Amino acid sequence: MIETPIGPASWRDWLLAEAPQSRIQARLSRWYANWLALRRNPLAVSGLIIVLILVLMAVLAPWLTDRSPYDQALSARLQPPSSEHWFGTDELGRDILTRIVYGSQITLLIVFLVSAIVLPVGLIVGTMAGYFGGLLDTILMRITDIFLAFPRLVMALAFAAALGPGIENAVVAISITAWPPYARLARAETMTLRGRDFILAARMQGASALRILWSHIMPLCLPSVIVRLTLDMAGIILIAAGLGFLGLGAQPPSPEWGLMVSSGRSYLLDQWWVATMPGLAIFIVSFGFNLLGDGFRDVFDPRSQ
Amino acid sequence: MSALPLLTVEDLHVSYQGRSGRVPALRGVSFEVGQERLGIVGESGSGKSTIGLSVLRLLPGTASLAATRLALRGIDLLHATESALRTVRGRRISMVLQDPKFSLNPVLTVGQQIAESYAVHAHSTRHEAKRKALEMLEAVRIRDPERVFGLYPHEVSGGMGQRVMIAMMLIPEPDFLIADEPTSALDVTVQAQLLELIDELIRRRQMGLILISHNLNLVASFCDRILVLYGGRVMEMLNASELASARHPYTRGLLACRPLIDRPQAELPQLKRDLAWLSEPVGAGVARTRD
Repeated sequence: MIETPIGPASWRDWLLAEAPQSRIQARLSRWYANWLALRRNPLAVSGLIIVLILVLMAVLAPWLTDRSPYDQALSARLQPPSSEHWFGTDELGRDILTRIVYGSQITLLIVFLVSAIVLPVGLIVGTMAGYFGGLLDTILMRITDIFLAFPRLVMALAFAAALGPGIENAVVAISITAWPPYARLARAETMTLRGRDFILAARMQGASALRILWSHIMPLCLPSVIVRLTLDMAGIILIAAGLGFLGLGAQPPSPEWGLMVSSGRSYLLDQWWVATMPGLAIFIVSFGFNLLGDGFRDVFDPRSQ
Repeated sequence: MSALPLLTVEDLHVSYQGRSGRVPALRGVSFEVGQERLGIVGESGSGKSTIGLSVLRLLPGTASLAATRLALRGIDLLHATESALRTVRGRRISMVLQDPKFSLNPVLTVGQQIAESYAVHAHSTRHEAKRKALEMLEAVRIRDPERVFGLYPHEVSGGMGQRVMIAMMLIPEPDFLIADEPTSALDVTVQAQLLELIDELIRRRQMGLILISHNLNLVASFCDRILVLYGGRVMEMLNASELASARHPYTRGLLACRPLIDRPQAELPQLKRDLAWLSEPVGAGVARTRD
């Protein structure tokens, strides 16, 4: 990547200044240093590129292709990849590339919703258990242990089956299985923070337990929980695809990738592209999230430096 | 000093759960503090800090506390509920801790922390809290309050951090301040400035002060009265001016252990302790030396 110098002294010099002139400059410098650290890791950069492409694909889907992911053309079913249909067509004559492009929206939506549920639940359970300790800690942590005792996909399957198929229920099912590690992490962080002097100082000023948890402990637990979440995203995508594949996630005619693999399964021997293309998409995207998560961890975790 | 005591402590016992049974930390401590400066001195482990935490009722869960009376200006601290105690903490009694590096939250700006301290008790708007915090920063003689307001704790020096801490503890305008070794993390010149600042603030606000320290010189020059603690018991209570002529063997021992610039010694004498002191009533040791 080439820096495009803007302004006379170039942004780069300004950002790398030994003695920042202002608070904003110092903060931007820090970010820039993080970015440089991330950029030095080629795997992390490729992960970032894959994730960026996924996001762009989801946002720009209607402009990337003029076909609809639902339009059937039975006269053109199961056509091999060609200049007209780059990834071929499926058993109902739908363009697979178009469906993969639209499917990225569903994948991102699931990842976003699961994160939005798991992060607060894990933080609240973990910080409460860690801060109050005693009986509450025991109860909350034993519940967490129960959830951790089951393999994630199996438990997600059970919940999805109980709640009924559909993307919303898949999100709920995945969230139920995904929060326990975050609670564990937040609890461990909280327990190291609990005895610190600044928490005692806050209590000396008459701060309530709720205020201490919200404004003193949670902000300090957040970074490690977020890094853990980026590492976990690949897992979330795989479980969502797995549920779709087993018929408990997204339902036809939704262009969800796992569902597409599932419907292409019956044609695997003669029309390999129907199942392979969405499968490749799942593979590349979860690979990308993993690489990016590893990169983030190396950059943001001061202990690894 | 003032006739009406602000803080009354009567027969305070505290013990911690140790690995092999309960370990007593305070064994029947009684004292009263009015609008004055009381110094508490003693060795490490004599229970100095435990007194401070007991008054705020912030002892860890492994501690158990018993007393016949623990009251601040008629408010019973012994039987108060947790929510009643929260209105006492900060608003009535505040405590300044030893090292500002650890007693300020690293991810909040110092201004936010001072403003929060005010907002907890005054239920004010954010704007009002900020204005008050800036005023308070000025009161603790910080030259550029606007700039310091936005700094993070790691960006301020030790002395500045302790001023911030004092600002944070005094902004709810408490009646009573407990300073637990407020200057031991600072160098000597900053120490003097900071004590002067504490002195000025508590005088202007007519507050009572307990200064916990192991520095006898500092306590003798700064406080009105001194309470000498050994093994969780009060050895004697004396006026600061009388410290040099203290008669209790323990106090004498402590005094003898001070390195003095005009009396250089190759080896400082070792402190002689007598477990019998722990079972004597207060003043007995002093009385015996009179005989």
